[in-house]
Amino acid sequence: MHLAHYLGLLHRAQVNLADAFRQVADAHAEEPDIEHLCQQQAKRCDAHAEQLHPFVVRYSEDAPDEPDRLYSQLFTGTRTGGIGLLRDLQDLYLMAAECDITWTVVGQAAYGVRDQDLLAVVRRCEGETAIQLKWLRTRMKAAAPQALVVAE
Amino acid sequence: MVDRIADPWGERTPYGPGQQWPVRVDRYLADGRADADVDRWVQSASVLHSNGDALDIGVADGRIVGVRGRAVDRINRGRVDPKDLYGWQANHSPDRLTRPLVRDGGRLVETDWDTAMGRIVARSKELLDGPGGWGHFGFYTSGQLFLEEYYTLGVIGKAGLGTPHMDGNTRLCTATAAASMKASFGTDGQPGSYTDVDHCDAIALWGHNVAETQTVLWMRMLDRRRGPNPPAMLAVDPRATPVAREADLHLAVRNGTNVALMNGLLREIIRRGWYDHDYVDAHTVGFEELRRIVDGYPPSRVADICDVPAADVERAAELLGTSQRLLSTVLQGFYQSNQATAAACAVNNLHLVRGMIGRPGAGIYQMNGQPTAQNNRETGADGDLPGLRNWDNERHVEELARLWNVDVDTIPHWAPPTHAMQIFRYAEQGSIKLLWISATNPAVSLPELHRIRQILTRPELFVVVQDLFLTETAELADVVLPAATWGEKTGTFTSVDRTVHISDKAVDPPGEARPDLDIFLDFAHRMDFRDRDGQPLIDWSGPEEVFEAWKECSRGRPCDYTGITYEKLRGGSGIQWPCTDEHPDGTERLYTDGQFHTDPDYCETYGHDLVTGAEFTEAEYRAKEPSGRAFLHTVDYQPSPEVPDDEHPLLLTTGRTVYQFHTRTKTGRAPQLNQAAPDVWVELNPTDAAQLGIVEGDLVGVSSARGAIQARARLCGIRPGVVFLPFHYGYFDQDPADRTPRAANELTITGWDPVSKQPLFKVAAVAVAKLADGRGVPSPAPTVGGSAPPPGANVPPTVGGPTAEATSGKE
Repeated sequence: MHLAHYLGLLHRAQVNLADAFRQVADAHAEEPDIEHLCQQQAKRCDAHAEQLHPFVVRYSEDAPDEPDRLYSQLFTGTRTGGIGLLRDLQDLYLMAAECDITWTVVGQAAYGVRDQDLLAVVRRCEGETAIQLKWLRTRMKAAAPQALVVAE
Repeated sequence: MVDRIADPWGERTPYGPGQQWPVRVDRYLADGRADADVDRWVQSASVLHSNGDALDIGVADGRIVGVRGRAVDRINRGRVDPKDLYGWQANHSPDRLTRPLVRDGGRLVETDWDTAMGRIVARSKELLDGPGGWGHFGFYTSGQLFLEEYYTLGVIGKAGLGTPHMDGNTRLCTATAAASMKASFGTDGQPGSYTDVDHCDAIALWGHNVAETQTVLWMRMLDRRRGPNPPAMLAVDPRATPVAREADLHLAVRNGTNVALMNGLLREIIRRGWYDHDYVDAHTVGFEELRRIVDGYPPSRVADICDVPAADVERAAELLGTSQRLLSTVLQGFYQSNQATAAACAVNNLHLVRGMIGRPGAGIYQMNGQPTAQNNRETGADGDLPGLRNWDNERHVEELARLWNVDVDTIPHWAPPTHAMQIFRYAEQGSIKLLWISATNPAVSLPELHRIRQILTRPELFVVVQDLFLTETAELADVVLPAATWGEKTGTFTSVDRTVHISDKAVDPPGEARPDLDIFLDFAHRMDFRDRDGQPLIDWSGPEEVFEAWKECSRGRPCDYTGITYEKLRGGSGIQWPCTDEHPDGTERLYTDGQFHTDPDYCETYGHDLVTGAEFTEAEYRAKEPSGRAFLHTVDYQPSPEVPDDEHPLLLTTGRTVYQFHTRTKTGRAPQLNQAAPDVWVELNPTDAAQLGIVEGDLVGVSSARGAIQARARLCGIRPGVVFLPFHYGYFDQDPADRTPRAANELTITGWDPVSKQPLFKVAAVAVAKLADGRGVPSPAPTVGGSAPPPGANVPPTVGGPTAEATSGKE
């Protein structure tokens, strides 16, 4: 059963997203809403990872070897300035999108394995990831014209 | 005779439930004048707070000599706030700006209008030339201009320049009121009426020191409290304000924990069956989610988070839950605090689950702080579209485009209009290059002032300031335009409870000062803005023409003014919108049938996640099928972005005194008001003060991570762990060479609510230390209001003396 690999993928994606939220918060501390909300969302990602952890442990016991190219790198550090902020938020968006689709995949597997506890975690967390995507989109939409058309 | 400095609220005129509030006409004429010395009375309304009290301006020999309340008016029945009784004297202040100023060689020098406007227009045309030119303009206006001025500015910005970067200082005072009503009811617009005070059996004041912010509304509440069958009263405020002292129950919550309190109260109300099942079923969306979330807030947990006794939480729930006609009022203790929109929505939730809306006595006042804030929100000179339209609804934007005869894409609607703090951020980063500030003073009123001063002094930023005086902001401008003020120009404005008043011109402005409307129209003319057919975009020449144009813009929207004319506003009482052919006398209450403005084609917003501010789409909104039902938005409590730590162990909250308004631009120039509250003070709880070795009158330093100020200590009834500073005090009346830091906003944080974008003025962490001994001299804090010292303290009472003698009586 390969569920363990996807659980590991999702767990690592949440940990990485938490870390990226914190890096973006620090790098753009002069944008107070970015700083505050990125810190807040980092904590949400921490909580997601924490809730996933027991399932990662439980399913890894009977997992085969990890398949090739399971993980991909989506974040390599922050940038500065107006466009830099936009690009950093876009990185966060892609990372949150990876989490979003992985919740869907893991949720489907939870049905298959009839694991109600895992399904409950997926239901609780996937909505919060969807809000993260929505917030990032909202913020980027507002920032884009000024950053791309107006600023020098 | 009554000294309205010593007694801001005057004599009581008690009345019972369902009775009409008795008339009491207040009057103040300067220099011992009597009515016989007045040549004429000119109709107006109050501008030094948001209550909208109707008054007449007395004129003799071409000068204002006093004011008197209008007995016929529904709002005040003749009463006048002390700020309005005395504040008009600032119109005559010798330091009024009378000529335009331009910056030459680093100094502001007097010039003529052609030169000043020529500079603004030359810079504007240069900036507008090229792609993205619109994005170099920012407008930061006020809650103190007239409706006609805002609407004109809104059209200039949105259809002339095409910039979304327009906001008002309403962002600091009233943005959360608007955001919470949009979120809960579908559009902005106050459901209640001031007459709900006449009918209610309970009043809950949520972070609202109404005794000092809207004295006439407080008089009405006090008169009910002194009459037969008085309403019960609940106050939520960390300070021992006059409201808290009057209330039957006072919850002195820890700043920033309002959402936890509201969740706990709603939990009790639901568990004890004090909610209206039928109303909830028929008229709301989201009850199960609300019930699930608030269930996590038992009284013991609320007591821990808010630091109030659990038994008091239960008592408060009982007071609210067993009332039959509940009136709530909400202001800055909620709006400028942590989780502002969520907390204000929770008050709406309380009324919705109890079915306490849309009938006499069952009302909500999501208050405004300033006299014309409502109009800024309606007309779209701030972060809204005119007519309470939805920027995300293409059909709403098309209506405006048709009305103004411009292409729909001229009107920026790709995102919500830019909020004030973001406008200043763009100016800081250099992409906004022209910032036009009218009738407000951000160099004292915005958070983290050292940063605001840095932005305003950036050489690349062209700053235009339009004001009555050389304010702290005007000192930093490149062009200063002298404006006419209240009494010197004609226009209309609208109170919290949607009552529209006219304010007629009584006297000429001093020197070359001009009405703000004339200044905006002059700019539009010189910029030669054109519509789609090459005709002038703006062809109005005076306020009544603008008002008539605005009526068309408001047609069919919640704030429908089409049934109002200048003529109708003159002579009688103010009129509540919506006022139409079908409702020619206006509309006293909204949502009387439980039908809310949540229809997707009508609503002002498709909604937000209250935690992050993430916007929902039209499709997502439609999927909720609101069908005229109101939304119950509920979130979990989260701590403030800044909480006390070892280095800054106390929480700072800021606010007002009854004697001053905004940054004292006017009230600081009215002798009676200024003498009553001449200088900044800091309020401390005696327990905290004792630990710090501070006694009444000592000079103390208050510092945060952003700055430090000095103030003399007033020991009073503020809750332990919290200190209070009035935000009024800047630097204009200090020697420029020797300015001691004293503005509260040197300390406050740059941070805002994710939905309303209202700054967080109530939750800065600070340290307090004694700097010098007071030698027995008390602090300059008034003994009236929230800063009242404890009984027995050796502090002389605040009085106005012979020059403050006013009359008050039944006529």
